[in-house]
Amino acid sequence: MLIIGEKLSIIAKRVREAMMKFDKGPIQEIAVRQWKEGSGMIDANIGPAEDGGEKMMEWMVTTIQEVVPLPVCLDTTNVKAIEAGLKVHNSQWGRPLINSTSNDPERFPIMEVAVKYKSQLIGLTVGKGGLPADAEERAAIASEIMARAMEYGMPVEDLYLDPLVLQMATTQDQALKVIQSVKMFQELNDPPMKTVVGLSNISNGMPKNLRHIMNKHLLTLLLYEGLTAAIADAAEVNETAKTFDVIMGKTLYAHSYLEM
Amino acid sequence: MAFTAPNETFAGKVFAVDAGLDKKITFGGENVLPFHLFEGDVPNRPVVAYEIQDVPPADWPETIKKVYEGVSSDPVTWAKFCQDKLNARAIAIRLVGTHPDRENRSPEDAAKTVKDVLAAITVPLIILGSNHIEKDAAVLVAAAEAAKDKNCFLGKAQEENYKTIVAACMANNLKLIAMSQLDINLSKQLNILITQMGYNKENLVTDPMCSALGYGLDYTYSVMERIRLAALTQNDVTMQMPMLADVGINSWKAKESIATEAELPIGGTLEQRAIAWEAVTACALMIAGSELLIMRHPEAINAVEKFIDELM
Repeated sequence: MLIIGEKLSIIAKRVREAMMKFDKGPIQEIAVRQWKEGSGMIDANIGPAEDGGEKMMEWMVTTIQEVVPLPVCLDTTNVKAIEAGLKVHNSQWGRPLINSTSNDPERFPIMEVAVKYKSQLIGLTVGKGGLPADAEERAAIASEIMARAMEYGMPVEDLYLDPLVLQMATTQDQALKVIQSVKMFQELNDPPMKTVVGLSNISNGMPKNLRHIMNKHLLTLLLYEGLTAAIADAAEVNETAKTFDVIMGKTLYAHSYLEM
Repeated sequence: MAFTAPNETFAGKVFAVDAGLDKKITFGGENVLPFHLFEGDVPNRPVVAYEIQDVPPADWPETIKKVYEGVSSDPVTWAKFCQDKLNARAIAIRLVGTHPDRENRSPEDAAKTVKDVLAAITVPLIILGSNHIEKDAAVLVAAAEAAKDKNCFLGKAQEENYKTIVAACMANNLKLIAMSQLDINLSKQLNILITQMGYNKENLVTDPMCSALGYGLDYTYSVMERIRLAALTQNDVTMQMPMLADVGINSWKAKESIATEAELPIGGTLEQRAIAWEAVTACALMIAGSELLIMRHPEAINAVEKFIDELM
């Protein structure tokens, strides 16, 4: 499973302050830690960034890749910021991933930019009409996003479908629907479509000490249905991912399997 | 339309490992299943090492003992005989005399033997303990010092005694055989523990524990096969070591290597039967994936070399 390190988010106070001051220190420290913990990609969440988004994304991508040999997930709705980040992205360790487009026409230009720079792209299965009700609705939206990708000239292998994880604390019934969505998304293409989730969304609003329990168990269920990637905390989910691989027979068991 | 057989490619491959200085041997290195030359690279042929002991082989069956009559009273003459008269590509000395239930030779005695043999031969040397867990730890440490920097193999490190033996290999720049008892998961665990000590995994050989034909061969075969599949299909770097088949000591224990024609009227003469038993055990395990073999009878070894010639 591809773990996309979630920690460099403008929502986190320490990260936000470092971003505002263009202070490389904390950003690089967190990036390196996530890399060492097993992240295969680093998410750079600068928020909607209506003001100075381009400069910020450029700075984040170069700052991260100065110390970590990994591709970056460009996390913003600001198209110009995405383009600025893609221009400076070092792809020798893997192609960038854009987080995200959706079925909302305001997000279509993001897909155009992805095609232009041959970037990978997360397609959130939500449209303009509010949150999707169930797995079937998500699958229908996914098909539309896939059709649009083909229209724009993007191979569907470059798409990661995101069923939009909603929080347990307020929308309990959606958890199961997200799991069912991942299963349905597989079947939309052969080979199966890639999938991704923002894992920690499930435990948003939960007591801090319980969050990791909810995150890990949801991850196991999603992995079983075929999940390809997760934006998550590598240190938190490594155990789950490795144990899953052993249960599924993908890796040979040894008592020290968690240390590998 | 002509049929094209599908070729299987794998994510992983087997490490190539060498031994010796002047007359170096290299085995392993393939990126396909055993002998599948049609699908990929098999850069090295399996290597057979001739087994000698540090004490005369009084307990060996007559059929094999008589081959080495006149030379086996002294490990040096024995080693030279194998190298010069039998064209051994490698020699394995088993320090059975150090076993507490036998001559109980000391680690110092063993080290002297190793030194003497090393001085007498140019082909690579594999140094084996008596398989007594505690004694081996002491004996192999002394042997390691005697073999320092000679690119010998030391064996066998097991779960209960690997720490001292691995440390000795690291200090003396030697290769290592790690043995576990027909358990693929414990084999992986032992490899992990050894490499966590800082030992280079590309200097390791795995011995999953050999069993002779009729005495557990199928268990050894299937463990070897599964190890090789994990190495190739899962690209599991902790399982990519070449494998040892310690054939001679096992096949010559079999009833079939000892019983007379009257007692066991199958397989021709006793001699033919015994030789075949060793050769068949060896060939089966090479098909399962072993690249280093330790054997006793020259005719069994010749049969194995012919077998390899035909497959490669």
